[in-house]
Amino acid sequence: MSQNTPPAAGLPPVPTKRKRPWTWERAFPFLTVLPSFVAIVVFVYGFIAWTGWISLTKWNTLTPNMAFVGLKNYARLFTEFRFQADLRNLLFFTLLFILLCLVIGLLLAVMVDRKIRAEGFFRNIFIFPMALSFIVTGVVWQWLLSPRSGFNLILKALGWNPNHLPGWYTSTNIIPSIHWGQIQFGIPVALVAVVIAAVWQMSGFAMALYLAGLRAIPDEIHEAARVDGASEWKSFWKVTFPQLRPITATTIIILAHISMKIFDLIYAMTGPGAEFVTDMPSVNMFNTTFQGQHYAEGAAIAIFMLLALAVFIVPYMVTSLRKEGD
Amino acid sequence: MKLSKALKWGSAVAVAVALTTACGTSSSNGGNTSNSSGSSAKKVEIFSWWTGAGEADGLQALIKLFQNQNPDIQVQNSAVAGGAGTNAKQVLATRMNANNPPDTFQVHAGAELMSWVDAGKMQPLNDLYQQEGWNDKFPKQLIDMVSKDGQIYGVPVDIHRGNVLWYNKKIFDQYHLTPPKTFDDFFKDADVLKAHGVTPLALGDKDTWEATMLWEDVLLGTIGADKYDQLWQGKLSFDDPGVKQSLETFKKMLQYVNSDHASLVWQDASQLVANGKAAMNVMGDWAKGYFTTDLHLKPNVDFGWVTTPGTDSDFMVISDTFGLPKGAPHQDGAIAFLKVLGSQAGQDAFNPLKGSIPARLDADTSKYDVYSQSAIADFKKDSLTPSLAHGSAANPGFLDAVNQAMQVFVSNGDINSFITQLKSAADQNPLS
Repeated sequence: MSQNTPPAAGLPPVPTKRKRPWTWERAFPFLTVLPSFVAIVVFVYGFIAWTGWISLTKWNTLTPNMAFVGLKNYARLFTEFRFQADLRNLLFFTLLFILLCLVIGLLLAVMVDRKIRAEGFFRNIFIFPMALSFIVTGVVWQWLLSPRSGFNLILKALGWNPNHLPGWYTSTNIIPSIHWGQIQFGIPVALVAVVIAAVWQMSGFAMALYLAGLRAIPDEIHEAARVDGASEWKSFWKVTFPQLRPITATTIIILAHISMKIFDLIYAMTGPGAEFVTDMPSVNMFNTTFQGQHYAEGAAIAIFMLLALAVFIVPYMVTSLRKEGD
Repeated sequence: MKLSKALKWGSAVAVAVALTTACGTSSSNGGNTSNSSGSSAKKVEIFSWWTGAGEADGLQALIKLFQNQNPDIQVQNSAVAGGAGTNAKQVLATRMNANNPPDTFQVHAGAELMSWVDAGKMQPLNDLYQQEGWNDKFPKQLIDMVSKDGQIYGVPVDIHRGNVLWYNKKIFDQYHLTPPKTFDDFFKDADVLKAHGVTPLALGDKDTWEATMLWEDVLLGTIGADKYDQLWQGKLSFDDPGVKQSLETFKKMLQYVNSDHASLVWQDASQLVANGKAAMNVMGDWAKGYFTTDLHLKPNVDFGWVTTPGTDSDFMVISDTFGLPKGAPHQDGAIAFLKVLGSQAGQDAFNPLKGSIPARLDADTSKYDVYSQSAIADFKKDSLTPSLAHGSAANPGFLDAVNQAMQVFVSNGDINSFITQLKSAADQNPLS
């Protein structure tokens, strides 16, 4: 490529050679990248490979046992009540969490974008929960949605029958309850409480992304739509919304990776829950590995989580790389 | 041009320096460890999860006593906080498997200690016991819990009791109830309490082990100490009718607990008893410390205690012990510390502060409160049983599987499925 580019005017022509000598100028970038490259290869990819290897072994006691057992740990995992419950919870948590964050985030962004007074104040108010740790959110919502305190006290004061107050995250109801494998398939009611807490924390973040997206749309397009006689509603759906598609894709990816790895919120707020209605693969992984000392099974759960996440991330990376190539 | 070149050189030098110093520190580290192991009597590293209020004070008192007796040995307190020991156990496992053990570490008597013994990581302490004359200072059943094939592997420091039923004295007086001795008594009391709108039994099983602990006490009260021991040694089948009966009783008990038990932890449940919303609670005797220190209640005035139904002459033991790992870098220091731990002075310095009772039989009872004095008396005559919920009865893999099954059982109450899961847990994590 560089051979085809004409030398810039005013500079002596660069001599072109097949093999350039190793000068400082060439070696320097490599040297600066090298330490972090080595560190990442060893401490990220190396350990992922190591985890993958452990997941294929018999290491299910305190002392390492590296006998190869193939996919046995995975096969066992998928027959377990707890893991099947995890799959169900992961599916519904991810769907509800992403959907609600997108809807609420978009709504907030559109409202804040109306050039309202003290816009900065409202923007910060909505984004602020994101600055908290999930542990803090978990503890706060644990009390807000506890059957004994928080919202239920308000409901009681409003005249709700004290014997029929919602159980929130202590409920073991699953709607609809369809028998599947060892578990009941459907949305666990208890999970909704966790979704509420997670959405409270992350919808401000979705708003921030959407706000940036809205600001990036040139006013001329809106003007043109208005000149063509489109209503506000129509101009939003037909003009603004399609322009936000890349932002939506990015937001989904970011939220998906948060929801699939979620651990701290569950750990602080509910724990695995009766009948594992609020359990997640990460919590299961932690218990299995560090309390049950079933290292190989824990590693299998970790690898499963990595692959589940890859289902979301890889297509995104491929498309964005392709765009860069264009 | 000149400036950028200088910058490049500067940063290249920085990288080079960073690389060489990184190597330098690692090699000087190696030098340090080899140095210190050369003068091994000068230091001891003590590994524990004693970071909470009373227990950290107890550990400090122990260290102080140790320093008085061994002024030349430097103590390194490597206590790891968090998760009631979960974090510490994880750090310990990593260090042990990397052959980098602490000089001595905290571990529960029974299966938890034995998992290290079976892994071939521990040294026997028979000589130390002989030398210090400890063989008749601890109950024989307790020494058995820290022994395998005649070799002793741990020095017990403290004892907590698991089979205690705490009750709100004022509520019991108000309704003229007597604390239950049998399960029939329990359900009679519970019915009276329920009729008066008081929650009979407080439970907080957000962390699951609380439910497992309640069941193990019911199990002990149903099948007795001998069969209870046999069950965890793999000598009694889970098909034994006693196991089923215990689950039926346990299930019936769950009908008398607070409906929000899944959202509470054990302290919350203790609080329900303390503030009169519930009448009884089954919890280990660390709850006493919570009642008296945190909630400022008076024993025998605000709250009372009895053994859980049917366990009158049994003592469910949770005991912290310390052992000597193979390859401990400062073995002499570790043995000096174990001597202090096992001594009467050491145990009486530590236990009153932690709120536990001494593992030795010859402690100075005047140093303990009224509850502990009664527990010390029982400890001398009762038969000792290992707690499942606290890792003394069975290996961690089995316990984790039981906790998982319990998580489901407390909600669906399916006894047959629970027993099936117990059996499959024992298949995958053989009991011994």
